[in-house]
Amino acid sequence: MLRSLRDTAPKTILLTAAALFSIFPLLSMFSAALQPQGTAPAGISFPTDPQWHNFVDAWNLANITTLVKSSSILVLGVVPIAMLISAMAAYAIAQLRIPFGNVFFLLLLLGLTLPYEIVVVPLYYQMQSLGLLNTQLGLILPLIGLNMPFAVFWMRTHFQSVPLEISESSWVDGAGPWKAFRHIQLPLAVPALASLGVLMFLSTWNQFLLAIVLIDDPSKRTMAGALQGFIGAHSTDVVLLNAGALLIMAPTILIFLVFQKYFIRAMLAGAVKG
Amino acid sequence: MSTVDGLTAPVDVADEVASASRRRLVRRRAGGGATRSALGRKARWAGWLFALPALVMYAVFELYPIITAVQYSFFDWDGVSVATPAGLKNYTRVFTEPQLLASIIHSFILIIFFTFLPVLLALVVASIVREIKSKALGATARTMMFLPQIIPGAASAIAWTWMYSPNGAVNQMLGAVGLASLQRAWLGDFTWALPAVGIIGTWLATGLCTLLLMAGIGKIDTSLYEAASLDGANRIQQFRAITLPGLRQEIGVCITITIIAALASFDVVFMSTQGGPGYSTQVPGVQVYQLAFTENRIGQSSALAVVLSIIVLAVILPIQRFFREK
Repeated sequence: MLRSLRDTAPKTILLTAAALFSIFPLLSMFSAALQPQGTAPAGISFPTDPQWHNFVDAWNLANITTLVKSSSILVLGVVPIAMLISAMAAYAIAQLRIPFGNVFFLLLLLGLTLPYEIVVVPLYYQMQSLGLLNTQLGLILPLIGLNMPFAVFWMRTHFQSVPLEISESSWVDGAGPWKAFRHIQLPLAVPALASLGVLMFLSTWNQFLLAIVLIDDPSKRTMAGALQGFIGAHSTDVVLLNAGALLIMAPTILIFLVFQKYFIRAMLAGAVKG
Repeated sequence: MSTVDGLTAPVDVADEVASASRRRLVRRRAGGGATRSALGRKARWAGWLFALPALVMYAVFELYPIITAVQYSFFDWDGVSVATPAGLKNYTRVFTEPQLLASIIHSFILIIFFTFLPVLLALVVASIVREIKSKALGATARTMMFLPQIIPGAASAIAWTWMYSPNGAVNQMLGAVGLASLQRAWLGDFTWALPAVGIIGTWLATGLCTLLLMAGIGKIDTSLYEAASLDGANRIQQFRAITLPGLRQEIGVCITITIIAALASFDVVFMSTQGGPGYSTQVPGVQVYQLAFTENRIGQSSALAVVLSIIVLAVILPIQRFFREK
């Protein structure tokens, strides 16, 4: 008993410390957000009289309702389409063995490590000439394109694991590639697609650089992009600023807590699969 | 390409590391006769209809902008009037204009904080904790350690800006342990702002790296440790002979993700310091943005973006090759 305690105590303490380090800045925001408005809070202190209505005020001030709507529109515009067309392309490369499919794949790999910084300025002028600057469509389209390298890569890994015989027998049965894709391959791909969807949801919802460059109006941006406008407008009131920033983070945190299993599986998958 | 937004989608490069071995495996599985397919030639060409939407979106919104950026980089252009050819001038300025060169140097300094510290901390925690017996504690700790990955980098920057402010938690803690003489406005200090921004990156990456390494340690055969301790190997020897080699791939993943995050950082720096004070925390990402959208030097901005991309590739590709080798 004593031996096992001596063994587990340092582990428990170390793990607890690492976990607390991860949420400490959020706790510090939370403690500031509950102080009376207009005061200058100091460090972390438990508020004697927590002002919960600060969150209501910040909700209205930061237009959270509008922001949730606009972020949802962006996510709904990007994620389903990106999932579908990347799955189709990966199916074509891995199962249909299209000619020059590997060349296409190598071209995609090129985009995998390049930073967004190299495309953001050209995209701005491209959207300007298409008349899509400051529209949500003008952010949705580039995000679909920029998601392709990772999405096709991810789905190709899945389609390579599906035995070719499954496709072949369906072709022999007279089902065309499209029918085979819809009725046989897509249902098999659901777990891979779900993980992909989770990851693309996160990267779209949290997209910052493209959101602030391509959309001027904070209320049409992603939640993350809207933070910039909110800070600019309310940087003087520390209390409301922290309350608003917490609200802006809240949706992802909530969704994470609900779908935690899928998030963690998806985010660790890269390492686990290898 | 989606890794760069803070550390939000870490798996892409992770998977890329694993892909080499997988590709080799697949080729072997196919037994060389890769064209063994029930589909005829014509049908295989028709398969391009499936790939076309993805190709079009990728070509229009990624490849074309990349080519345009390279093209811009050889011109002087303010975004409105006619562009004039600039030859290689924009590129030589990246390495001679102090502010631009400093931004590149800073991005390399950030690697210490974004990569080195998190991997080191994660190795220490993961190799000591190894596995968590208590399910409840393990699940709670895992949730908490994932949180920095879930929230937008911009929001993390706001949380830390408040921590670092004169009235913030960092100064409060220093005061509490009798180090009041060290208190300062961290992000406004020419010497301390860059390390302070770096620590935000450490915070972002440590949880994820720890979880990745713990997942990796879970896959190492425990009988190896038992055999080693029977042979009288102490903990440090076990760490060097078993844990470290066993984690090679996971460490490679952590290093790759976090180095890209350091070199191409934008959200955290933009929201915490905007590159200031002066240009003491200026990084290429923020500089690219400011050159293009506040200084209207599109050509210069593009040249810096091209250099940044080349640096990222030049650093990442050898690292991936190194960690792929068995």
